[in-house]
Amino acid sequence: MTAIRRPFRRTDGAIKDSRGDRIFSTLNYVFLSIILIIILYPLIYTVSASFSAPSAVITGRVTLFPVDFSLVGYQKIFEHPTLVKGMLNSIFYTVVGSAVSVVLTMLAAYPLTRKDLPGRRFLTVLFFFPMLFSGGLIPFYLVVRDLGLVNTRWAVIIPTALSVWNLIITISFLRASIPEELYEAAQIDGCSDIGFLLKVVLPLAKALLAVLFLVYAVAQWNQYFISLIFQTNPDLAPLQLVLRNILVLNKVDLGMMADVKRMADQQALQEQLKFSSIVVASVPVLLLYPFVQRYFVQGLTIGAIKG
Amino acid sequence: MASTRQPQALENTALRPVSRSATSNSGIRHLLLRMRRRWQLYALLILPLAYIIVFSYVPMLGAQIAFRDYRVADGIWNSQWVGLENFERFFNSFQFERLIVNTITLGLYLLVVGFPIPIILALSLNQVRVLWFKKTVQLATYAPHFISVVVMVGLILQLLNPRFGILAQLTTALGLPQVNAMSRPELYQSIFVWTDIWQHMGFAAIIYLAALTTIDPSLHEAAVVDGASKLQRIWHIDIPGIMPIATMLLILNFGNFINIGFEKVLLLQNPVNTSVSEILDTYVYKVGLASPTLDFSYATAIGLFKGVIALLMVVFANYSVKKLGQESLW
Repeated sequence: MTAIRRPFRRTDGAIKDSRGDRIFSTLNYVFLSIILIIILYPLIYTVSASFSAPSAVITGRVTLFPVDFSLVGYQKIFEHPTLVKGMLNSIFYTVVGSAVSVVLTMLAAYPLTRKDLPGRRFLTVLFFFPMLFSGGLIPFYLVVRDLGLVNTRWAVIIPTALSVWNLIITISFLRASIPEELYEAAQIDGCSDIGFLLKVVLPLAKALLAVLFLVYAVAQWNQYFISLIFQTNPDLAPLQLVLRNILVLNKVDLGMMADVKRMADQQALQEQLKFSSIVVASVPVLLLYPFVQRYFVQGLTIGAIKG
Repeated sequence: MASTRQPQALENTALRPVSRSATSNSGIRHLLLRMRRRWQLYALLILPLAYIIVFSYVPMLGAQIAFRDYRVADGIWNSQWVGLENFERFFNSFQFERLIVNTITLGLYLLVVGFPIPIILALSLNQVRVLWFKKTVQLATYAPHFISVVVMVGLILQLLNPRFGILAQLTTALGLPQVNAMSRPELYQSIFVWTDIWQHMGFAAIIYLAALTTIDPSLHEAAVVDGASKLQRIWHIDIPGIMPIATMLLILNFGNFINIGFEKVLLLQNPVNTSVSEILDTYVYKVGLASPTLDFSYATAIGLFKGVIALLMVVFANYSVKKLGQESLW
């Protein structure tokens, strides 16, 4: 039989791909497997290094699995007041900041989905335009400074409270999932706008609220720059700012090194610590993100395609 | 839900014609009347409006200090007007060319290399029939997106560490000479771009994957019956299917390409590589907020210059996409 290009039905009823297609499929799987390894290897290496002895890490003996299993890195981290305080600060900023952001986003999104809102187009443009153009970093800094927010906890919560991108996604989601008929029926029943929001929209949009909260939470947990420019007081520093000192600026915390005698041991510990701090900082986020995925893909889909 | 108020539906439907008067006076009165009826919506909007005005529009107004010689004592409005002096100073400074070149090359590098890869990943994943493999790859590639910028840079620095990093272990095992990647300015941009791709390709692919699921499956079935190979189906069905969203994202990314994630640039900078790593935004930060001699006006001028260019680029990109017949932003 000559080579058959198209899929054909075998005598047992199964559909078999043509040879070209099978080669393509195989190559595809190989390609994706390579991608998988490229993504996973640095992460696995980091986790392994975080559980290895400093001497093993610094001599490059750690390749894939922990060598000379040791918890000293983690131990040092939790004894380290600056890092722990950073984590507590971050938890506060994340929880409070995300709550504020979600509320603000919903307050803006709901009216903008009401087709009969007078001036809706103008208001929508008003909210979306800052995505295209901004006054710049310095004027922004000056505004925050003049509001007296510098070196306060609110400096990281208020100025960045609303993300226009998230607003777009929220509006798209609401428009796609709350049918106009529902609104009209509620209107006939005499329901007010706010009533509709509270009694109909919010209960229906639980998935959206969860996604919004998680998206803002991740952004808050991961931010460092806002704190860098607005919070010079080290007591207010979030986790990422503390990490910056450890990971990027190579600042040595003498308190942590107190019981380590030799210089070389200090260096080894310092390097190994970095791996442990990376893991500690990322674990909360990496634990949550699979949950984000389920709702997020849905929300992003609707937002991106219909938006 | 019952209330004694007059049902609004009757007054708002198209069934009852709304009288329009030729005079603007009664038009405005009509508008105000409609606004008053929907007062609750405006009440909800008060906080977000205040927010966007204070934190987005007031800074736009404040950007005028680029045209002034801003002194803290004088404030914005009383500082002396100097016109384009700050801009001229910037254009004539010996930093100007280097900053522009760095910003543009890094942005374009990121765009040209980083734009197609998530698409390829999505197209590839879409062809996978084994569900657990597909989900695993998705979940894994998606994860690095959530790592913070600080952690990411920390990861990069550790992996590139010339003594024990993965790169060092690899070069040693292959017998190659040691490479101290972070001290080589010529490698800076590649390190930046490829790690950025590593971190975000899975997440960026999600949108394309979602778009691919909206493609009518009967198109694929018809193609299979016609004898099309998988590659042909990808080329003729999948790619046109994601073209609208791809072009939309391309416009956004193109217009935005000089707004590189400067937080990461800042963290990856070191004294050795500033000749390539200093971009407009990091320079603005340094001049405006991080140097011993702060110059708000000068920094604002540079930032304004960049903002205007970015806006023009988005407008231009949107216009060209419309001309090409694809869906545009507005």
